[in-house]
Amino acid sequence: MYFFRSQVGRKIVMSVSGFLMLAFVAVHLLGNASMYGGPESMNSYASALHRFPLLIWIFRLMLLVMFYLHVFYGIALTLENRAAKPEPYAVKNYIQATFAGRNMIWTGLLIGVFVIYHLLHFTFQVTNPQIAAGSHPDAMGRPDVFMMVVLSFRKLTISAVYVCAMIALGLHLSHSVQSAFQTVGLNGDRSLPIIIRAGMVAAIVISLGFAAFPIFIFTRILG
Amino acid sequence: MILDGKCPTGPLADKWEKHRHEMRLVSPANKRRYRIIVVGTGLAGSSAAASLGELGYNVDVFCHLESARRAHSIAAQGGINAAKNYPNDGDSIFRLFHDTIKGGDFRSREANVYRLAAVSSNIIDQCVAQGVPFARDYAGYLDNRSFGGAQVSRTFYARGQTGQQLLLGAYSALSRQVKAGSVTLHTRTEMLDLVVVNGEAKGITVRDMVTGKISCHAADAVCLCTGGYINVYYLSTNSMGSNVTAAFRAYRKGAFFANPCFTQIHPTCIPVTGEHQSKLTLMSESLRNDGRVWVPRIREDRRAPGEIPEEERDYYLERKYPSFGNLAPRDISSRAAKEVCDEGYGVGASGRGVYLDFAEAIKRVGEDKIRERYGNLFDMYQKITDENAYKQPMRIYPAPHYAMGGLWVDYNLQSNLPGLFVLGEANFSDHGANRLGASALMQGLADGYFIIPYTIADYLARTEPGKVSTGDPEFIKSVEETERFMKRLLCVKGKKTVDEFHRQLGSIMWENAGMVRSRESLTKALTLISGLRAEFWQDVLVPGGEAELNQELEKAGRVADFLEFGELLVRDALHREESCGSHFRVEYETPEGEAKRDDENFCYVAAWEFRGGKEPELHKEPLVFENVHLAVRSYK
Amino acid sequence: MDLTLFVWRQSGPGKPGRLEEYKANEISPDMSFLEMLDVVNQDLIKSGVEPIAFDHDCREGICGTCSQVINGVPHGPLKETTVCQLHMRHFKSGDTIYIEPWRAKAFPVIKDLIVDRSALDRIMQSGGYVSVHTGGVPDANAVLIPKADADRAMDAAACIGCGACVAACPNGSAMLFTAAKVAHLARLPQGQVEAARRVCLMTEAMMQEGFGNCSNHYECQAVCPKGIKVQFIAKLNREFIKSRI
Ligand SMILES: Cc1cc2nc3c(=O)[nH]c(=O)nc-3n(C[C@H](O)[C@H](O)[C@H](O)COP(=O)(O)OP(=O)(O)OC[C@H]3O[C@@H](n4cnc5c(N)ncnc54)[C@H](O)[C@@H]3O)c2cc1C
Ligand code: HEM
Ligand code: HEM
Ligand code: SF4
Ligand code: F3S
Ligand code: FES
Repeated sequence: MYFFRSQVGRKIVMSVSGFLMLAFVAVHLLGNASMYGGPESMNSYASALHRFPLLIWIFRLMLLVMFYLHVFYGIALTLENRAAKPEPYAVKNYIQATFAGRNMIWTGLLIGVFVIYHLLHFTFQVTNPQIAAGSHPDAMGRPDVFMMVVLSFRKLTISAVYVCAMIALGLHLSHSVQSAFQTVGLNGDRSLPIIIRAGMVAAIVISLGFAAFPIFIFTRILG
Repeated sequence: MILDGKCPTGPLADKWEKHRHEMRLVSPANKRRYRIIVVGTGLAGSSAAASLGELGYNVDVFCHLESARRAHSIAAQGGINAAKNYPNDGDSIFRLFHDTIKGGDFRSREANVYRLAAVSSNIIDQCVAQGVPFARDYAGYLDNRSFGGAQVSRTFYARGQTGQQLLLGAYSALSRQVKAGSVTLHTRTEMLDLVVVNGEAKGITVRDMVTGKISCHAADAVCLCTGGYINVYYLSTNSMGSNVTAAFRAYRKGAFFANPCFTQIHPTCIPVTGEHQSKLTLMSESLRNDGRVWVPRIREDRRAPGEIPEEERDYYLERKYPSFGNLAPRDISSRAAKEVCDEGYGVGASGRGVYLDFAEAIKRVGEDKIRERYGNLFDMYQKITDENAYKQPMRIYPAPHYAMGGLWVDYNLQSNLPGLFVLGEANFSDHGANRLGASALMQGLADGYFIIPYTIADYLARTEPGKVSTGDPEFIKSVEETERFMKRLLCVKGKKTVDEFHRQLGSIMWENAGMVRSRESLTKALTLISGLRAEFWQDVLVPGGEAELNQELEKAGRVADFLEFGELLVRDALHREESCGSHFRVEYETPEGEAKRDDENFCYVAAWEFRGGKEPELHKEPLVFENVHLAVRSYK
Repeated sequence: MDLTLFVWRQSGPGKPGRLEEYKANEISPDMSFLEMLDVVNQDLIKSGVEPIAFDHDCREGICGTCSQVINGVPHGPLKETTVCQLHMRHFKSGDTIYIEPWRAKAFPVIKDLIVDRSALDRIMQSGGYVSVHTGGVPDANAVLIPKADADRAMDAAACIGCGACVAACPNGSAMLFTAAKVAHLARLPQGQVEAARRVCLMTEAMMQEGFGNCSNHYECQAVCPKGIKVQFIAKLNREFIKSRI
């Protein structure tokens, strides 16, 4: 279908899938915030999530599709863009284009790799079985997600990996939030500058918000 | 020979209508069998090619630029006239006709000019339909401004980009035909010769400017829309590539060249800064709507304009021409500027400039309004001069701008060579001895959209299609000659560059055949030019080869033509022993120093015929005026 | 002032090219950048070297022919200014200036600094027009157009087709050029009729010609000599979505 061949159409897919993943990440951040409420709040939140398996799977499936489309077109578009600019300039000075914007593919792929690891780590819990929440119920018999997270982030390597991933995510979003609006045409003379700034803020809040967990936990401020 | 303009008989207002019905038509089925060559993609060329292609003819379009859209027409800033009378200020077809005839100092054809005025309204309709974003008022109606030589507001404009926007309109129509397959574009292709087969124009010889390959194209008719020759002065407001080559090579093949000495010097241009200058920049005449022209009353007054009190300023245009003031026609304003500078009142480092002051207008309507009207012009001025015209007056000086003269054509825009049609600035038809502002765009589009589609059919209907092919000996001869010409240029291998020769020719022309001319200055020019031409062929240095992209070679060919054409221009100026419009001979001026026409002896079009080594022969087309009486042009 | 130039020299299409060093001496600050190159070329010719080939015509910043990347920025350092309108007073004696051609797959180099931009013409031919016949159109004032729309259309129509946007875009995308035309016509009642077809045809042509996709880097806007805004790209995207639903 033409939409999925066209340059603009495929960008719109990038944008929509990006938006949805963004929404998930935002919600995920809020959910994770219950870590601050201690084991009780975190574990009840986590098990609450798992009360409706059907919903979860529908949701996961959708997320998976978005992720797939996003990665697929992200790579395809990037390859085309490289092909459209064969010889580089001997001297090039960018006025507007940002580092983040020009490295979307790399930050994106990093995030991708991270997500896979992250799933193995916290969802399938295969990376560190000795602290897997599934096999370590808390006092009330719920999977002890809180402890799993805390014990993980006490390890320097794991915390480091997460923090690095969050930097990648921050960069990715710093360009992409405003970009997503532009791609679907949701801006105008007055709003565009605002959207650009708001996108920056969102990127910083989300990446710092996530990075806070490994940092606070590793430094024993939390948990 | 006495030339016949072939103007239809009958009342002025009905001539065109009547003529349209008398002309032959080509049936839709037959149109496909005819091939037409259009050289040039300016307003005239693009509009003609698009219209002819749409009618069903096979059209081949050529331009020496990289893209059709870049034709010199884009430079037009001010606007385009039309007798719409939207402002209800008393405009009419007849008034536009009369202003144009009078502005041209009664040296143009009544019938042509009236037709131009009559179709002017259709042009605006056409352009709006194409999506040309003309300026509008808050009610959504089209806006108008006034322009030099007119007392009504009849000029339509699109910011400072009128020419650009009109050309984009024509170019889009052209693009549509290219997609439809009726028009084939040949860009970066320069016409170097016209091919005439037993008396009729049947093709052209061109050079592919990328590969250097010289080839020829045959057709049933050829339209030249190749613009003006004002770059014969080297420094002008025209684009660097504007040239006389196409027209001049046609002249060499027998087409008559009419009124070459009618060259317009535009009053409002940015003064020359130095030797390095490669072109001059026009500040649109529309600025004179709000700007007041003045010089200090004291000679060599080097004070900053701001420090010169009101009573020590001479608003000489308002003083000399109370009724038109700063909006006096171009030739008059230009000469007035030259006079005050010659007398030593000029401003700026060179003393060759006058002030164009907006202080009062800014006080009256506010800086924002002025910015809205002329913002891009003020920006351009600042970029070039590094001066802020909102704070201090602009410095302006006249510069060569437009060629009223051109290849001779009859009422059908057909040259004396059957099958050769000439449109736009390249022909001589409508502006007489001086063109009014905003009327060249009008003429280019009138010719292309509304006249050639009818008149060319009348010719084609009388010829059977595909009569000649490029196999014809004339074509082969033309290609060989052109190749030889290129080789000659390359093998001189002298010491002086093409630009040096062009610059030299320019100053000869400007000094001796510019704003004011005299018998001795012109005779002097004749000897200087032929001397320079001889030197050119012994000492020009053209690097590189012919079978490649070679910009110096391209320029060399054009300058070689300018060197011959300049002489023709001077001859014409010398022979025309009167002053009229832009052609000002010091021997013929009124006591008040205005142009003194000689309607007894010179009320005709001078059409020159090329005769090899011998002097060109003069043919006259008498001008008869049945609807206006030849008054002394007064703007006082 | 005296300058050192590094200029891209390439004898022909597909031929190998390289940066050559030249000296430009006694340059007046009043010269335009192209006049500076004229001076250099005169010297080259006399010293038997082939002059630098570069595109230019109007030298007024309106024809869109001049096309040079100066120190890594298409059209050079001055905002909303074409090369031909850039004056030497914006450089200082002793400066080193790198001059390169537009670079993009869709803009093959023809010679030195001259590239082939006919791809832009083909985008226009794909649908950048209102399909109106010559003659037989309504009176110019028959359809009123709100001043705001006319002005906005004019903002977009101001594009001179120079291709600097493509040269600047990290993706070699012609989005700003195409968006300017789409937005110009879509703003006007006359252009509305074909708006849906137009946006699809033109974006399709853009892809066929080998231009990259738009990643919203906005570098194009930063170098555009006519200040064409990226908001027009958003407008194109809206028009595209409209055309699909
Ligand atoms: C700075 C400036 C401002 C102006 N402002 C106005 C204004 O406000 N109002 C107004 O009415 N008029 C104005 N004019 C005049 C007007 O712009 C021109 O007279 C008009 O545009 C000429 O159009 P044209 O189609 O006849 O020729 P051009 O637009 O000059 O086109 C010439 C075409 O012929 C091609 N060509 C030339 N020689 C060859 C060759 N040998 N081989 C192949 N192709 C060739 C060129 O590539 C080009 O495509 C202005 C002119 C200038 C210079
Ligand atoms: C493997 C994972 C990912 C890859 C490879 C990837 C790649 C990319 C690329 C290359 C772009 C730029 C597309 C373009 O403009 O040409 C992009 C844009 C975007 N990405 Fe990602 N990304 C990934 C993950 C994510 C995630 C997890 C999010 C959200 C949290 C996200 C949100 C976005 C958004 C919103 C855009 C903007 C779309 C637009 O420009 O319209 N991406 N991505
Ligand atoms: C330090 C920050 C993070 C923490 C502490 C964290 C924590 C968790 C936990 C505990 C789970 C398992 C929930 C459960 O199944 O019980 C989870 C799942 C998940 N996380 Fe994170 N996460 C973090 C960052 C991220 C980021 C940045 C992303 C995406 C870019 C992400 C994407 C996911 C996904 C896709 C799942 C699977 C959701 C599902 O089960 O369907 N996480 N996260
Ligand atoms: S959008 Fe700007 S940069 Fe791009 S072609 Fe048009 S004028 Fe040039
Ligand atoms: S720079 Fe390129 S990526 Fe888009 S916004 Fe401009 S075209
Ligand atoms: S030469 Fe015309 S825009 Fe620069």
